[in-house]
Amino acid sequence: MLAHLPVLHVIIPMMAAPACLILRRRDLVWFVALAATLMSFAVSIGLLLQVLESGPISYEFGGWEAPWGIEYRIDLLNAPLLLLVSGISAVALFAARKSIEAEIPKDRHALFYIAWLLCMAGLLGILATGDAFNVFVFLEISSLSAYTLIALGKNRKALWASYQYLIAGTIGATFILIGIGLMYMMTGTLNMADLSERLPEVSSSRTVFTAFAFFIVGVCLKLALFPLHVWLPNAYAYAPSVVTAFLAATATKVAVYILIRFKYGIFGFDFAFSSLPLQSIFLTLGLAGIFVASIAAIFQDNLKKLLAYSSVAQIGYLIVGLGLANETGLMATLLHMLNHGLMKGALFLALAAIVYRLGEAKLSEMHGLASRMPWTMAAFLIGGLSLIGVPLTVGFVSKWYLVTAALEHDWWPVAGLILLGSVVSVIYVWKVVEVVYFKAANERTAEVREAPLSILAPTWVLVAANLYFGINTELTVGITRMAAVSIFGGL
Amino acid sequence: MDILFAPTHSLLISMLLPLLAVIGIIVLDRRPNLREAVSIGTSIIVIVLVFNLYRQFKAGVAVELSLFEILPGFAIAFKLEALGMLFALVAAGLWLVTIVYAIGYMRSHHEENQTRFYACFAIAIGSVLGIAYSANLFTLFVFYEVLTLSTYPLVTHAGTAEAKRGGRTYLGILLGTSIVFFLFAIIGTAVIAGSLDFKAGGIFPEGTPTAIPSLLLLLFVFGVGKAAIMPFHRWLPAAMVAPTPVSALLHAVAVVKAGVFTLLKIGVYIFGLDFMSTLATTDILLYLAGASVLIASLIAMRQDNLKKRLAYSTVSQLSYITAGVLLATEAGVIGGAMHIAMHAFGKITLFFCAGAILVALHKTRVSELRGIGWQMPITMLAFLIGTISIIGLPPGGGTWSKWYLLTGALEADHIAIMGVLMISSLLNIAYLMPIPVLAFLPVAKQGEVKPPLHEAPWPSLLALTFTALMSIVLFLYPQPLFELAAAIVN
Repeated sequence: MLAHLPVLHVIIPMMAAPACLILRRRDLVWFVALAATLMSFAVSIGLLLQVLESGPISYEFGGWEAPWGIEYRIDLLNAPLLLLVSGISAVALFAARKSIEAEIPKDRHALFYIAWLLCMAGLLGILATGDAFNVFVFLEISSLSAYTLIALGKNRKALWASYQYLIAGTIGATFILIGIGLMYMMTGTLNMADLSERLPEVSSSRTVFTAFAFFIVGVCLKLALFPLHVWLPNAYAYAPSVVTAFLAATATKVAVYILIRFKYGIFGFDFAFSSLPLQSIFLTLGLAGIFVASIAAIFQDNLKKLLAYSSVAQIGYLIVGLGLANETGLMATLLHMLNHGLMKGALFLALAAIVYRLGEAKLSEMHGLASRMPWTMAAFLIGGLSLIGVPLTVGFVSKWYLVTAALEHDWWPVAGLILLGSVVSVIYVWKVVEVVYFKAANERTAEVREAPLSILAPTWVLVAANLYFGINTELTVGITRMAAVSIFGGL
Repeated sequence: MDILFAPTHSLLISMLLPLLAVIGIIVLDRRPNLREAVSIGTSIIVIVLVFNLYRQFKAGVAVELSLFEILPGFAIAFKLEALGMLFALVAAGLWLVTIVYAIGYMRSHHEENQTRFYACFAIAIGSVLGIAYSANLFTLFVFYEVLTLSTYPLVTHAGTAEAKRGGRTYLGILLGTSIVFFLFAIIGTAVIAGSLDFKAGGIFPEGTPTAIPSLLLLLFVFGVGKAAIMPFHRWLPAAMVAPTPVSALLHAVAVVKAGVFTLLKIGVYIFGLDFMSTLATTDILLYLAGASVLIASLIAMRQDNLKKRLAYSTVSQLSYITAGVLLATEAGVIGGAMHIAMHAFGKITLFFCAGAILVALHKTRVSELRGIGWQMPITMLAFLIGTISIIGLPPGGGTWSKWYLLTGALEADHIAIMGVLMISSLLNIAYLMPIPVLAFLPVAKQGEVKPPLHEAPWPSLLALTFTALMSIVLFLYPQPLFELAAAIVN
């Protein structure tokens, strides 16, 4: 059993999905989905501990040896992300039962949980696999189920948003497939470890260069790098609230993971940064993304959209970290992937609580909401402070390392811009604070009560995580540093 | 009891107790007398603990405490040294006085949300003590931000549109400068010097080229927005929408002094005076501070709103201290450190008086104050004493700090700064002195009845009398204060 751990976290939700299809009973399905997710979470913890203790784990699927069969490989880079994905999924599923009551027709609830399980299985699969083609397969599984989840949104615009995402996502996936296909053409292998050995032999060929270019653009579409982010705000805004919480905290991070894995693990540092001016591209687009998206966020009335634009900005930070191309920069990116997952998870769950009571996410309808929902708004406020990067929250930790990385290069202006970006986030967070704390409650909000405990509790779990990992950074900083060192050490 | 008085325990408890008191304050929401008893009780214990620390400190006991590392190499750690001791004494002492004052003020002014008020006040004082005790810049920054956030609800206490606007300016400038400049400078220092610990003589390794530290100094001076150097001073007048006790303790003592305290710490323990005097930006910033002193005084003259006038006066006085640091001489630092205490007692008296006038006679404008001295003799006498101390005339404590600041300027051969200090004293007379003088002008014409005595509630009166007397005491017995200030540079 223990030997099969590296696949169990993918297999369990994937098997649970058809089982749910047979069960069909709403509460039963929720319970099975939650149980499966919790099991995945437990397995992820086990895997992380194992990796920390004895180094990377390799698992051969069906007993076929690596370059021929499919290999699953768990190391310091993906183990913490497995934990993030399954953890956020479990917390969000906990809140989902109550939250979707108000947002999705009852007869679709079973389908909702099935799509959720498949989406999670897909994301976990991408992280765990050591096979390039497998990445594409799981990417499609997670994407298709994500399109379904988004389309379940109450507003009819959800269909349009889902369709938009479908088009953008499919183009991205196709580009990725073209990239992988070209790599296979040149090397005859799909195993990542094998690819990384064989690619340098042919790295001067135009085909490999093309493969790389297609791949990068495809992934950047999936991870919503500015200016390829256009699909994201609508998708996040019109999806059911818990889905937004889940996807915002995990999906883009997984895409960033693919980028890191291929860039550093397969193409290799030298190729990745010498064949294309990737460093300056990443820095420019990342910084531009931070400012454009943050400023766009200021002007949103729909809080979901506001946070969605903020997500685009945060992706900018992740990409800037990669663009800095040093150990601390990579570490900052890895750290921020985890930290941003925690903050956006908390924020979107708090928003789910608001939508549950208020029926919508328009800021202009939230006058004085803090007096009616003090715990929800307190959670939102702490999440917002974390987003700004106030000390004692996770956001501060990420920012610290990102700026340190820039200064290690002596790039003072870049460091200044990174910090200036977080001041812009003060504006959009405080815009919310002023409405919910200072405006007098209107007729609408006066009737609102505090959110039910089943949504509030998961929200506060994530809020607590924001504070805990902001104060005790041993685990997060320790692991991401080791991961960054092992990647740079392996060059 | 012994456990409580072990130095590290005293340090930790005096800082955490205000935070714990918040729980009591919130629980006792509906029983105001008990709630205020919690505040008073806590502040008395804190004063006892801080005095115990002072006693130990004078006896030469080293008080150090490292709690935990937030980031590898950057711990939340505390270490008592002279400047921090001085600041802690001032803040803790004046907290009690202010609470006594606030009870009279808040109740007779029928303020709402008093529970939130006392709770945020306690958090603010806890974080001020955290700043005072910090052993490194990292810890200081953490508490600095907590202080900003915990005082925001105090500034916007009234909840009106004006309060919201003021709060926006307050938070925007303080949080903005702290993230863009201060944090930037901190990380820059960490990258270059490899450490953020406060160390006598500075932490930059010998032979560090001066270009980047010059830039860092610039970032520090602008980043510590709480020191209110121009052009980042606007948050302070904006904060005057807060209830008067907040303006008195936080915006004349705790918050603003946290700013100049931070600058002193950075000057003495991060750069070191010798190194700082070689930096290219030191002189530029010094002249900027000088300009700040004069311009703020000129603006103060044009303010008819009493609290606003006092606020601009504070901006001006804070730049005295900033200039004291930037002079990079021992006398400058001593003068700056002493001015933290002297200005605190003087200015808090003035704010207390302004609040008393508001509560008793509902007057906020300088032009309305003619003759009120006959109605509020104690208040206006206290105002006179506060004024004298701020101007720097005997028998006000401010005499001594200004003396050392002038000496510092002379030692550093900055005749222009000496001139600034002199002119500024004249300006102080011009914008502060008319108030008590006006107040004691005869108001009733012959044959008319004099308006009856109408003083503020007794707790408020008690508080302002105490702080006014302290301003005189500090003139007569400046020795303990001087010893602390002198210990900073030795």
